[in-house]
Amino acid sequence: MFATARKLREAGVLGLNERNAEFIMRLNPRRLYPRVDDKALTKQLALEAGMAVPDLFGIIDNQGDVRRFAEIVKDHDSFVVKPAQGSGGDGILVITGRSKRKRDTFRRSSGLLITEAEIAHSLSNIVSGQYSLSGNPDKALIEYCVHFDPVFAEVSYQGVPDVRVIVYRGYPAMAMVRLPTRASDGKANLHQGAVGAGVDIALGETLTGVLKNEVVDDHPDTGALIAGLKIPQWDFILESAARGYEVTGLGYLGVDMVIDRDRGPLMLEMNARPGLNIQIANGIGLSTRIRHIDEIYDAEATPAERAATARREFSAHRQISIFQ
Amino acid sequence: MTQRYVLVLAVLLTIVGLSMFVYKWQVLGFPLSENQDTPVWTIESAISFDSGPGSIKVNLHIPTLTPGFRQLNENSVSRGYGFSVNYGSGGREAQWAIRRADGRQTIYYRISVFEDPGSEQADTTPPFPPPPAINEPFRTAVDVIVAEVREHSADTASFTTELLRRLNDPSPDPNVELLMSEVENDADFVDVATMMLAAARIPARMVRGFELSGRQRNADLEPWLEIHDGDRWRFFNPTTGEENLPDRFFIWWRGNEQLINVEGGSNVEVDFAVQEAHLDAVAIAKSQAAKSGATMFDFSLHSLPIQTQAVYGVLLMIPIGALVMVVMRNIVGIDAFGTFMPVLIALAFRETKLVWGIVLFSILVALGLSIRFLLERLRLLLVPRLSAVLIVVVLLMLIISLLSHKMGMETGLSVALFPMVIIAMTIERMSVVWEERGPADAMRAGGGSLLVATIAYIFMGLGWLEHLVFTFPELLLIVLALVLLMGRYTGYRLLELGRFKALINN
Repeated sequence: MFATARKLREAGVLGLNERNAEFIMRLNPRRLYPRVDDKALTKQLALEAGMAVPDLFGIIDNQGDVRRFAEIVKDHDSFVVKPAQGSGGDGILVITGRSKRKRDTFRRSSGLLITEAEIAHSLSNIVSGQYSLSGNPDKALIEYCVHFDPVFAEVSYQGVPDVRVIVYRGYPAMAMVRLPTRASDGKANLHQGAVGAGVDIALGETLTGVLKNEVVDDHPDTGALIAGLKIPQWDFILESAARGYEVTGLGYLGVDMVIDRDRGPLMLEMNARPGLNIQIANGIGLSTRIRHIDEIYDAEATPAERAATARREFSAHRQISIFQ
Repeated sequence: MTQRYVLVLAVLLTIVGLSMFVYKWQVLGFPLSENQDTPVWTIESAISFDSGPGSIKVNLHIPTLTPGFRQLNENSVSRGYGFSVNYGSGGREAQWAIRRADGRQTIYYRISVFEDPGSEQADTTPPFPPPPAINEPFRTAVDVIVAEVREHSADTASFTTELLRRLNDPSPDPNVELLMSEVENDADFVDVATMMLAAARIPARMVRGFELSGRQRNADLEPWLEIHDGDRWRFFNPTTGEENLPDRFFIWWRGNEQLINVEGGSNVEVDFAVQEAHLDAVAIAKSQAAKSGATMFDFSLHSLPIQTQAVYGVLLMIPIGALVMVVMRNIVGIDAFGTFMPVLIALAFRETKLVWGIVLFSILVALGLSIRFLLERLRLLLVPRLSAVLIVVVLLMLIISLLSHKMGMETGLSVALFPMVIIAMTIERMSVVWEERGPADAMRAGGGSLLVATIAYIFMGLGWLEHLVFTFPELLLIVLALVLLMGRYTGYRLLELGRFKALINN
């Protein structure tokens, strides 16, 4: 038991207790949490900072507004409904189209139909705070549904794959691609059963994947090989992620990006308590990289410079060679 | 820096807690475990009488010398009466007096004693009694019997035994028969025996008291015979002649005077009630603390009313449950619903007992969940839906209680002790997790909650721990210190060792 703990420590693996006590509590002041916990606010701040985000179609922030829903989406066939203060992807509804035969009926990303009344109920649930962390009344965002770039089509089962970048004190420290599976119901959250694939920060290429704490080489539903996929516009993704530090002020941050077929990488949301499975996906401990960033930290560096530094320093191949 | 503050604070708390603990344990003699105690008995005599027209004076014999027992405290409850304790010929006497009283009066005298085998009676050696003045024909009878008994005995003890044997003989000789002709009860009998012993110049007296055993109402005073052999007082069973004093025989008063004398009242009744208490060794520590002037006891839980003590007996175990919770979540890393839900469930387990608790909890949550899924179809808003779940939980509790009562399983009634709001929240949280993350996650977190609750229950149910925390609440400072330290524990959780296994470089 102690031997295992020692080996993990030697491998620089970050545990939940240490993440909470050393990084989240120290680097993420609670007053800044609303900036990431309220997705409406995040979107606004990100737009002001010049980050690319999915268009907002409308916000429903009280029960009476739920009936405005039909009007908000009348010009859109596909859209996403999400709670502004949701966590872990709970309560997100992805609509990919309208039913041709039935009126007021939409098609979900899973292919199942959903009526307008059912969506209205979901909206009511969101507004009444079912998915919010505090249980307080919430807002429902209705926004552009990303048409994801075909680069991950082979390794995704429905839903939208996204890129999660852990940003430590403004420096991208680790990244992974999260690939939805049948089990995750099209959602890109690892604890819901999505596959996480580590990313070589230097090259922007995927490494092996992880499914429920186990290393996997190929996608459980499509069977396609996960490793070796080149992520488009990797420079831009890293720079946007690094910019998340300026936007939120959080020193330990998870930035989620999606790659749209037409509009390129868009920032979906940011997270003040990003999970630790990214370490398994990358096969390397986060503490190692965090220590490295503490050494090279430069308060004056711009987001672009920091992204460039990360690309230079964090080559997956170089990291592995250290251990060999 | 924070690390150091926490460490210093934890050390300070531990030192304060430990030193208070050691002081109370070593200096004040608070017991470490429950069974170190000597039983404490509270004997209450209730005197009731009809008041007469004039002033009233009540004299009651109260315990003076009580071999085998040490007195803890005594008090009297009497409204409007003046109270004093005097020494009379038969020992101490309590006196109540009042100028006027109306209707039936009740006065209470209460004494608490604890067993102390070392408590011998330190009485003075009495002088030889003067020969009693007895009228004929009794005088001759007494002389004959005394002479015969003296023939058949060697010393005072054997004299007494032989005398008692003769007096108790079912077919007595004519002399004994004559003496016994006016004996109406046991007390008269002992009186006669005392008189005959006096005729043989043996100091003797009647003692009256009762055996203390458990809880007694209307305890009867039994007469016993006490003689002095020139060295010490010895006790004899008047009906068998054996020399003994029953275990836990508590002597109320000595001599042949009446127990009570009420001037100005009639229809006097005296009832004795005995109660055994188990706060004992602590109560003794209390009296010692009071004698040595230590104020520590004033801040002890034992100075609170019994009802409140019972509440704190339970409340003080909650920090222990919280400690278990912290260990299970931050050191082991088990998933559970709600921060303190398992601790509250563990509290309910105290009443239901473990197996039934788990069964009832599972039934309740399973039924609640299935109804919650039906409610989901109604598309209710959050707060009404939570309220509906709460109402359903209350109804389910009622149904489970009624059904189990009908089936003769009284344990099912204890379902009412579960914290229903907590259960309702658990059902809601579980159903959300069920829908969002699947049944596996929901069952895992539910099972985790039960597991933590079970472990918390085991620790919160440890009798010695409960006693320790109740008697030494300052130990909770150490629990606090532990929790603070664990709040800065940044090592891996046990379950993480398995989770990150893949990252170990071989």
